Amino acid sequence: MSSTLDTPTAAAPADGPGGSPQRRARRGLPGGGLLIGAVVPVLLLALWWLVTEVTGTFTAIQLPAPQAVLSAGVGLFESGDLFEHMGISLQRVLIGFGIGAGLGLALGSLLGLSAIADKLLNPTVGAFRAVPSLAWVPLLLLWVGIGEDSKVILIAIGAFFPVFTAIHSALRHVDAQLVEAGRAFGFHGLRLLGTVQLPAVVPSVFSGLRLGLAQAWLFLVAAELLAAAEGLGFLLTESQNNGRTDRLLLAIVLLALLGKLTDTLLGVLERKALKTWA
Amino acid sequence: MISPASTLTATSAAAPAEASSAPPETAAPSRRDYTSLDVELSGVGRAFGSRTVLRDVSLRVAPGEVLAILGSSGCGKSTLLRAVGGLDTGNTGEILINGSPVQRYDERTAVGFQEPRLLPWRSIHKNVSLGLPRSLSKAEGRERVDELLKLVGLHDRASLRPREISGGMAQRASLARALARRPGVLLLDEPFGALDALTRLKMQDLLLDVHAQTGTTVLLVTHDVDEALQLADRVLLLGPDLAEPHPAEGATIARLISVPGQRPRDRASAELAALRGELFSGLGVDSHSH
Ligand SMILES: Nc1ncnc2c1ncn2[C@@H]1O[C@H](COP(=O)(O)OP(=O)(O)O)[C@@H](O)[C@H]1O
Ligand SMILES: [Mg+2]
Repeated sequence: MSSTLDTPTAAAPADGPGGSPQRRARRGLPGGGLLIGAVVPVLLLALWWLVTEVTGTFTAIQLPAPQAVLSAGVGLFESGDLFEHMGISLQRVLIGFGIGAGLGLALGSLLGLSAIADKLLNPTVGAFRAVPSLAWVPLLLLWVGIGEDSKVILIAIGAFFPVFTAIHSALRHVDAQLVEAGRAFGFHGLRLLGTVQLPAVVPSVFSGLRLGLAQAWLFLVAAELLAAAEGLGFLLTESQNNGRTDRLLLAIVLLALLGKLTDTLLGVLERKALKTWA
Repeated sequence: MISPASTLTATSAAAPAEASSAPPETAAPSRRDYTSLDVELSGVGRAFGSRTVLRDVSLRVAPGEVLAILGSSGCGKSTLLRAVGGLDTGNTGEILINGSPVQRYDERTAVGFQEPRLLPWRSIHKNVSLGLPRSLSKAEGRERVDELLKLVGLHDRASLRPREISGGMAQRASLARALARRPGVLLLDEPFGALDALTRLKMQDLLLDVHAQTGTTVLLVTHDVDEALQLADRVLLLGPDLAEPHPAEGATIARLISVPGQRPRDRASAELAALRGELFSGLGVDSHSH
């Protein structure tokens, strides 16, 4: 009976010399992967520098040089505008994502666990999901105005659906045998939820959250492009209107960095959660 | 694997004086901590839609008895077991445990399923704790789980996750979880069915040890005639009633056989061979082909 368990330890010395180089190579991959992954971006950067600074194929309006983008960043940093734009955008995303994901988790759990709530509400939620979310923009502007609220609401709408869908369908597919075992040992209601159902859906919930976060950034840019006086999306339109392609590129780079940063933080949380729950 | 306990049972008949000194002081819960309850079925039936699966099952299982439930695949063995545990409530007739009707997910029973059904994200120790009654304090619960893990020989695997242990170990963990509430009636649904032959024999020995130490009533569903003969006091064969000329739809008690001899039984005995033949023919199998 112990044989299955013993296999790894028993096998380890057996493949000793033959196996270890392979294992070293595999262990070397993460660092090596990072290096390999940097090759193309570095080449692109070099190409960018080549066609702007060296050959002058593009004008500064069409495509400013890398240094120009950098100094645009330094300029905005010195005037204090840089952190203002980044801060307000980040704030909108975090609040909107928090609200949207929170509602998605709550409603998704309700519909995923209660057959009655599912029958009652799922058609309605499905109908709302069928509306391309940006179609709400004119209505939001009309009802809520151009202020912070309409932007946060739009971002929340964007974050809501991926999270809702993920937890809803995951809860409907939790292993029925595990749930029955839980019930057989006296768990029901919230205790059953916390002991069996929620832990079982943690992996899907996190992939839903990460999708929702990406959607939140997408909708932030949409909201700020349409109507804003500050924020990275505003920086995009303003730079376009002023012909400041350097700032425009800077805004794009900053959006990518912030998006990646928040996603990485969520990824760290995910890994911690998966360690405990998966 | 199962050694300390299994040697104990093996020797206890021959040398009862030694038996009490044999278990290590760390070990097993004492028998008086457990209660064994009787189960009384009267006219139990179950239909799914218009299809009758079980009908008119009546028998009494004595406290501490091991009853094997045998029958061909799909004849309603699990259905009967689930009714006794209150996992399924759609049956007709009456099921009494210790004189009172079975409740939904009855706390006096515990189920060992055919699959281990362990929570993959919990350690073995925490999985077994799942079976503890709510009334226990944390410390008492810990102690009981430690005890049970020793009983099933998993105390050194307590911190592992289910995917890190073998199928046989997972099934033992599942058995320990079922024992954690000290059930008056232990319901086992083909618990060893998915295991390889050698592991299955070891698990049968383990079950005998557990029964010797806890004395709990056991209803064991199996499709393995030899397993039934090895473990049970009586064997209930579910199937069409052969006494009737035109048996009605649904399985009932086709045979109810008392198995002679003390456990562990000699697998090769002639008496068992005769019973084996009878059970095989009850299952509609020609016993010479085995
Ligand atoms: N929940 C259910 N709904 C409908 N039919 C069921 C249900 N549970 C069991 N059955 C049917 O009842 C019969 C007996 O099933 P079961 O008790 O699981 O058989 P087994 O003897 O193999 O354990 C089978 O034909 C099965 O299809
Ligand atoms: Mg079955």
